[in-house]
Amino acid sequence: MGWAAVLRLMPWGGPRLKPTNTDDPNYFHKVVDCQWACPAHTNVPEYIRLIAQGRYTDAYLLNRESNVFPAILGRTCDRPCEPACRRGRLDGKPVAICRLKRVAADHRGEIGHLLPEIPKTKNGKRIACIGAGPASLTVANDLLPLGYEIVMFDKNDKPGGLMRTNIPAFRLPEKVLMEEVEMILNMGVDIRYNSPVTSMKALLDQGFDAIFVGSGAPRGKELELPGRHDTDRIHIGIDWLESIAFGHIDSVGEKVLIIGVGNTAMDCCRSSCRLGGKDIKVMARRPRGFFKASAWELDDAEEEGVEILINHAPKRFVIEDGKLKGMEFERLEWDKAAKNSKTIDTIFLPADDVILAIGQENAFPWFERDLGVEFNKWEEPVVDQVTMMSSRPGIFFGGDSAFGPKNIIWAVEHGHQAAISIHNYCEGLSVTERLAQGQNLVSQKMGLGQWSYHNDYNPAARQKMQHVDLEWRFQQINIEVELGFSAEQTAREVQRCLNCDIQTVFYPARCIECDACIDICPLLCLTMAPDAEEEQLRQHLSAPATNLDQALYASTPLPQTKRLMLKDEDLCVHCGLCAERCPTSAWDMQKFELQIPYAAESTTEKSCVPA
Amino acid sequence: MPSITKPVAVHPSLKRNELGLTVRDYEGSMSTLCAGCGHDSITAALVRAIWELSLPPHMIAKLSGIGCSSKTPAYFVSGAHGFNSAHGRMAPIATGANAANRELTYIGISGDGDSLSIGLGHMCHAIRRNLRILYVIENNGVYGLTKGQFSASADLGSRSKRKEANRMAPIDPVSLGLSLGATFIARGFSGDKEQLVPILKAAMTHRGFALVDVISPCVTFNDHEGSTKSYLHVRQQARAATETDFVAPATEILATIGKNGAVNVTMHDGSTVSFKGVPPDYDPTDREKVFSFMQERYGKGEIVTGLLYIDETVPDLHEMSDTPDTALIKVPYEKLCPGSSALEKLQEDFR
Repeated sequence: MGWAAVLRLMPWGGPRLKPTNTDDPNYFHKVVDCQWACPAHTNVPEYIRLIAQGRYTDAYLLNRESNVFPAILGRTCDRPCEPACRRGRLDGKPVAICRLKRVAADHRGEIGHLLPEIPKTKNGKRIACIGAGPASLTVANDLLPLGYEIVMFDKNDKPGGLMRTNIPAFRLPEKVLMEEVEMILNMGVDIRYNSPVTSMKALLDQGFDAIFVGSGAPRGKELELPGRHDTDRIHIGIDWLESIAFGHIDSVGEKVLIIGVGNTAMDCCRSSCRLGGKDIKVMARRPRGFFKASAWELDDAEEEGVEILINHAPKRFVIEDGKLKGMEFERLEWDKAAKNSKTIDTIFLPADDVILAIGQENAFPWFERDLGVEFNKWEEPVVDQVTMMSSRPGIFFGGDSAFGPKNIIWAVEHGHQAAISIHNYCEGLSVTERLAQGQNLVSQKMGLGQWSYHNDYNPAARQKMQHVDLEWRFQQINIEVELGFSAEQTAREVQRCLNCDIQTVFYPARCIECDACIDICPLLCLTMAPDAEEEQLRQHLSAPATNLDQALYASTPLPQTKRLMLKDEDLCVHCGLCAERCPTSAWDMQKFELQIPYAAESTTEKSCVPA
Repeated sequence: MPSITKPVAVHPSLKRNELGLTVRDYEGSMSTLCAGCGHDSITAALVRAIWELSLPPHMIAKLSGIGCSSKTPAYFVSGAHGFNSAHGRMAPIATGANAANRELTYIGISGDGDSLSIGLGHMCHAIRRNLRILYVIENNGVYGLTKGQFSASADLGSRSKRKEANRMAPIDPVSLGLSLGATFIARGFSGDKEQLVPILKAAMTHRGFALVDVISPCVTFNDHEGSTKSYLHVRQQARAATETDFVAPATEILATIGKNGAVNVTMHDGSTVSFKGVPPDYDPTDREKVFSFMQERYGKGEIVTGLLYIDETVPDLHEMSDTPDTALIKVPYEKLCPGSSALEKLQEDFR
């Protein structure tokens, strides 16, 4: 149906599409799907371009700015960026963003001299951090360059928190973990190992200027079924992993059942493979699609011969003569329509060990409840989502201890925000007085048909990570399975990135409505149409804009016909051909840089001066 | 010249035509014309029209002469046959090709220089022969390839980029076609594909010479104030004489067209072109009235667009010449050229 026909049919009167406000950094930020999805808003396309140019150190530092642990995250991140990646909507497979992050970390040069300098004269403020995990380390990373003194308490004798205790060494080698953790500890953290905080009140009495709680979610959920406490062969997943990490456990029975199908379950079953398990089953109550584990972690586990059984609900532990024999499960049938299961029958599965990996929660037995910090009915602290401050000024939370189990990258972001708040708090400013995000847009035009970025679309397929041979990888618990990308794989993968940060910016006053941009656009993103309701417009563009999560970029009325220039951001490959074919430079390709404020940016003159 | 070829990635909603091809399958190589050239929009309209008609690429012949316009056959349907002739000689080459193989769809792309100056005589005779071809004149009123001199279609008083006014009367291809007995005459605007695509589809289905004059602004040399072929001027002065809707023979017609003065013309293959005269009494089958209407409106400075005139009753070149229904290239060589003895016998008959 042409526009003339649409105009006749459309009932006018609904809300019209407002011209897009591109002065708001959120608009272009959202176009960079990966960066928008990343809790720490890592500038992904820029670091991928730096890798493409062989500038690994620069790529590493750019990563470090926002996510602090590029080498660790390049192996272990939950990758919220990848499901969001525009490339995935085009050819089904997102750019291997996480793997490329590891490339930057693997090949970087010396960076000690490039890290912020730590002032010798301190500002006189002492901050306590509880836990030596990613959240606390980020707080230290952001505050030490400002002259703060950081005292960090950890119950273990080694740093890293959950990154050490819950992530097996075959996914994250000790050396990689220590390198990045020490990078921060060496900035001058006063680290106190084997020092569990047993009383918040006592800690408060030590007179710290602020306290950051980054103690994680250390309590694995229980499965209270008959027989649970009649044997010592039933383990809580995260505790069991921690015991492996510290060498307290080095074997497991041949038959292992893992209850639960999240990422911890994957780590448990794969650890079992390495500790002598032969017949390892992961037991899921519901069908695939409900699994909490990341798709790639499931793949890796199945590659190692782990069996995943769906529609099995644990019924009871079978103990004979004080020995674990196995477990009884109800076999279920999943009713798609009713969205529930009904029981078919009960079966028995033999097991030497059972590992419970059905979730975890934050727990504060050491935190007195009369200190002015409010806890909700689930015994979780009440924490402000933006400032990370509790209901008692001066006490801040971050990581899993704030809002329950999330992941490393969220912990890092919490750390950044808490650092800003702590800095404000110590400066006597309100914690809500925060710098807004900014943006910088720079034209990438170098000449006629010349851009300062590689604008061609490369149809290469996503590169597959190579793994250590199956027989070799089980020899030791700490053999890293993933080999990292080869130079050739890296070269191919970087070209799959669509440079979504190179924005198509439109200047309506220059447009002569020649149609050149619309004619050339390979993905039918562009349309000139009369003003109408967004819902109607979305159906009648050059191609229907059915992805409602993606914005329509709408211009003000065009000079000649008063139509609007509309761009469906959904599948734009940022090739720049619209701008190349535009005779009046009404379209331009401009690099978007999100300016993220950190504690250092909100520094006033005063804070550098000793108090 | 664009820095890259058009990315191969396609939109998932892309539809396939009867041949299972997407519109992208009808594209050609990247245009080397100036950015914003109207010709590229006409190319895009052609790609869409040909895709919508589901023409097999190998059954299309693209022909052109010399000029910016004549470069454009390279930019659509890579899989089609093509001939880039000497300046102004597209019409005779097309005549020969059509004589030899009447089964192809002929698409001639020309410009105001190629057709209204050096090739004017050829075009006139192709019209008279009612050669079956879509003959597009990409009309921008200037010689763009030689840096913007007035062409034969430049209007009186239209100003060049250097502000000089044109003092010679223009040749109007529409009036010329009407006077020469053209059987399908339309005028479009490169900036209005909604009008242009159905016109091109009807033209490719027409049995005879389909003259489509498309105003196609030269963004480099003729898109300034004072020009009568700029984007802005055409938008301000264009008046659609008809609203055209092309209905392919296979398509079921659900809507009742015909009220408010719509005229249906059935094409030779059973397809229909529906017109709605925008002046209600406009009759696109009455040559005299169309001629006077065009003159009157031209006098007012208006640019009349739409499918302006059509006559499906006139025989085409092959019917006039009484050639066989099968293409001559399919006639066995011995029959086509029976040899010198047969020639001698023929000559003997004339003695």
